[in-house]
Amino acid sequence: MSAHLLALAAAAAAAPAANGHRPVNWVALIVVVVLFVLVAVIGFLAARWRTDPSARGLHTLDEWGLGGRGFGTWVTWFLLGGDLYTAYTFVAVPAAMWASGAVSGFFAVPYTVVLYPIVFILMSRLWSVSHRHGYVTPADFVGGRYGSRWLSLAVAVTGIVATMPYIALQLVGIRAVLTVLGLGSNSNPLMADLPLIIAFVVLAAYTYTGGLRAPALIAVVKDVLIYIAIIVAIAYLPAHFGGWGGIFDAAEKKLSATNPATGAPFGAVIPGAAGFNAYWTLALGSAMALFMYPHSITGVLATKSRNTIRRNAMVLPLYSLMLGFLALLGYVAIKAGTQPIDTNGAINAQLVVPQLFLDSFPSWFSGVALAAIAIGALVPAAIMSIAASNLFTRNIYRDFFKKDATPKHEANVSKLVSLIVKVGALVFVLGLDQSSAINFQLLGGIWILQTFPSIVAGLYTGWFNKWALLVGWAAGILYGTITAYDVVNPATHAHFGGSIAAFPGTSTTVYIGVTAFLLNAVIAVLGTLILRAFRVKDVADQTRPSDFDADENDPKVVEIERSEPLLEP
Amino acid sequence: MSAPDVPTRGPARVAPYLIAGILVAIAIVMPLTVPIYARATPELWGMPFFYWYQLLWVFIAAGLLAVAYVIVTREDRRRRAAVRGEGTR
Repeated sequence: MSAHLLALAAAAAAAPAANGHRPVNWVALIVVVVLFVLVAVIGFLAARWRTDPSARGLHTLDEWGLGGRGFGTWVTWFLLGGDLYTAYTFVAVPAAMWASGAVSGFFAVPYTVVLYPIVFILMSRLWSVSHRHGYVTPADFVGGRYGSRWLSLAVAVTGIVATMPYIALQLVGIRAVLTVLGLGSNSNPLMADLPLIIAFVVLAAYTYTGGLRAPALIAVVKDVLIYIAIIVAIAYLPAHFGGWGGIFDAAEKKLSATNPATGAPFGAVIPGAAGFNAYWTLALGSAMALFMYPHSITGVLATKSRNTIRRNAMVLPLYSLMLGFLALLGYVAIKAGTQPIDTNGAINAQLVVPQLFLDSFPSWFSGVALAAIAIGALVPAAIMSIAASNLFTRNIYRDFFKKDATPKHEANVSKLVSLIVKVGALVFVLGLDQSSAINFQLLGGIWILQTFPSIVAGLYTGWFNKWALLVGWAAGILYGTITAYDVVNPATHAHFGGSIAAFPGTSTTVYIGVTAFLLNAVIAVLGTLILRAFRVKDVADQTRPSDFDADENDPKVVEIERSEPLLEP
Repeated sequence: MSAPDVPTRGPARVAPYLIAGILVAIAIVMPLTVPIYARATPELWGMPFFYWYQLLWVFIAAGLLAVAYVIVTREDRRRRAAVRGEGTR
């Protein structure tokens, strides 16, 4: 979620400060380490949690990659909460509020409000058809619905490519915590990154053994910690700093000052009319994109009944409320005069919330809050790596290289790939500039939205032609990438300077992903009409209308086929 | 797929889905209609309208979805009973 934010935050983060050296905060560090060890133990025990003795070792993707497809409402609430509201979000949303105000930060609230009505409508149908056919990934569904492994490949590759930088950004979240704890001083690069490497090796190990059960269990710990931290912060900090009125006045004063790099204000507390369309298209486009991400769909398909996800659509908004208050902590930090200074002495907006906790609370409680953020990075990183490796295994490895892969072989490949994915993310963060991870994640949001027509239209109709959808997808990705590249950061003159651009033919700025999506959808419709006019046949649909309504009591397709064998080859 | 398609649910009635659909649509449209809430007043506990209005919609949207859920699941149960022949319409 929300990479758009940091491009803007980075623009405001150029001014160097005097001294980046931080002493290690031992009390907070010990609390973080203790909680981290606790979580690691839980992660390793998860392999045995709700596991039938015959399924020990998790030898199928249903067991390893979807936690046995048996999560009820409560587990799903924790799992999806931990999955969607990531550590990077916790760090980046308040950072964007602190640096540039509402348009780049607070849109996360309407985004995560309108998300759930969309989930309510779409996801129970996806659950039903996946339950009947044993689909593990969104690309499985697209492949089955349109009978096209190429369209399936397009969805799978988009999912993997969009997820990789997202995993990398979870590391950025952990790194923000380590920085304010006083670790990661830049004297010795290897020592500075060692805690990060250890955290990820442990994460990789228990994801390998426990599959999706590991993040599901850890998410419970993470969510309890994060709720405690936010509730205490919201109950105490605003009053401590003189009430919301003073906090908003301070934010108004800081944000309306002129940015010397652009000659315009840094931002606004309340967006002006010019920002309205950017605001709602960012919210809507992000909401449409979020449940196209493979890690979100993994969470949906791991539930045990058709209605589990609908019940969750009613209770998950509690996280959105928490996110809203967390965003406002960015303004609280303005009032508090928080100085988020990185190890190199520069201002790094991402440190603003960790620093605020450290400045305002006793060390042990700061440790709890910082641990919540760090553990909050582990849960989505685990789920994302599982989802990406499932996509690789099912829709690239099986479909293109080994058609006769057994379920056990699939699970083994997936486990191995999940390790590779995590190493890749680690190399990404350690090797490349952090801002390139942010750029790729920004692009990832635009790209993943281009799979929306194939997946969502497929839930309702078989009308679309697979080739028209493929061309629309390609056009959307191409347009989105080029347009995003052309957005230049006014302060640093770097490309990929943000995710809003003028709608073609107008001066109205909107989220690029939404424009690309419209282009994609129009091409898919026109292409299908043209192909139909030439009577191109496109019939390879494995699904039937009844599949989309099936619930957990209906037989799966494999069972139907066993009792009623195919009449024709 | 040549096995005959056995419906998993009976025919739908329009009204429940129409009502649920309207409730869900409200929960999508209202938080996105920026011009109605992009202003500072009335404030609540010092918080500009822009902020508390959007936070309020977290609760309203959840409530609307809860009502839609009850409507849709009730109809769903009726349609499944119609096919499986268990219980009454």
